[in-house]
Amino acid sequence: MRELCLHILDLAANSVIAGADRISISIDENLKDDALTIEIVDNGKGMSPELVKNITDPFVTSRTERKVGLGIPLLKFAAEACEGWLTIKSEIGKGTHVTVRFQHSHIDRMPLGNIPDTLLTLLIGTPQINWVFSVKKNDKEFFFDDTELKKELDGISLTEPEVIRFIRSFIDEGIREVQN
Amino acid sequence: MPVIKSLDDLKRIREEALKKQALKSTSGKTEIIVGMGTVGIAAGARETLKAILDFVDHNNLENIIIRQTGNIGIDSFEPVVQVILPNAEKVTYGRVTPEIAKIIMEEHVVKGNVCTDYIVEG
Repeated sequence: MRELCLHILDLAANSVIAGADRISISIDENLKDDALTIEIVDNGKGMSPELVKNITDPFVTSRTERKVGLGIPLLKFAAEACEGWLTIKSEIGKGTHVTVRFQHSHIDRMPLGNIPDTLLTLLIGTPQINWVFSVKKNDKEFFFDDTELKKELDGISLTEPEVIRFIRSFIDEGIREVQN
Repeated sequence: MPVIKSLDDLKRIREEALKKQALKSTSGKTEIIVGMGTVGIAAGARETLKAILDFVDHNNLENIIIRQTGNIGIDSFEPVVQVILPNAEKVTYGRVTPEIAKIIMEEHVVKGNVCTDYIVEG
């Protein structure tokens, strides 16, 4: 994968499969500390300590279609190649918290990629999840919890064209403001 | 704050959508499913999904449900897109680039013609 955002999509898909109904994603660029930190927190079914220990091994996966899972090992490897790390905290029945840190300025660090498209994909593609997004750059933050949006829409589909336009411009503007 | 203005916009969008719904017949909804497991994402499924959303947006298609799913199990054909028209069988397309997604939207979703060139044989 060529963008960190694609890894975020991948991790979020794990959370959805784990049965989460609330997923928080935070992307934090802190240039003062030269750090890029991504966190994904879900309230899914969690993993046993044993699975957490083994999860970064490419030959361990909980999936049944295929025996090899590469998402987390690839991301961990990418982080460690950039003076960073990846940690997983998980508790059965409570959920999972993945944190990955990169040295922001590291020459091998993947670009973040297209954050608005990524968040839009998650929001519209998996409407059953309560999404919470935080995109930070230094002291600016775009924070978005979709609870109010969905309450306001009250059953109108997120894939109605006007709604797509609305959400897209809202996210685009919010993130542009943070990044400038 | 833009958020408050936005909420008013949302109310308006909701009312308009409700009006349109009231006018429509009960013809059912078309479902479009995009496979977004690790392999699908790496193969470009996000761009494919975006092309579908853009098509819906630009052509004002209503009564469409778009959702993503995990690995469908045919990795070498990712990105995979499935289309289910109301009262029709599910059709599975493989190696759907954004350009092919546009063709599928135009031909299958809008006109109802299955795009046999891109079908994955189950």
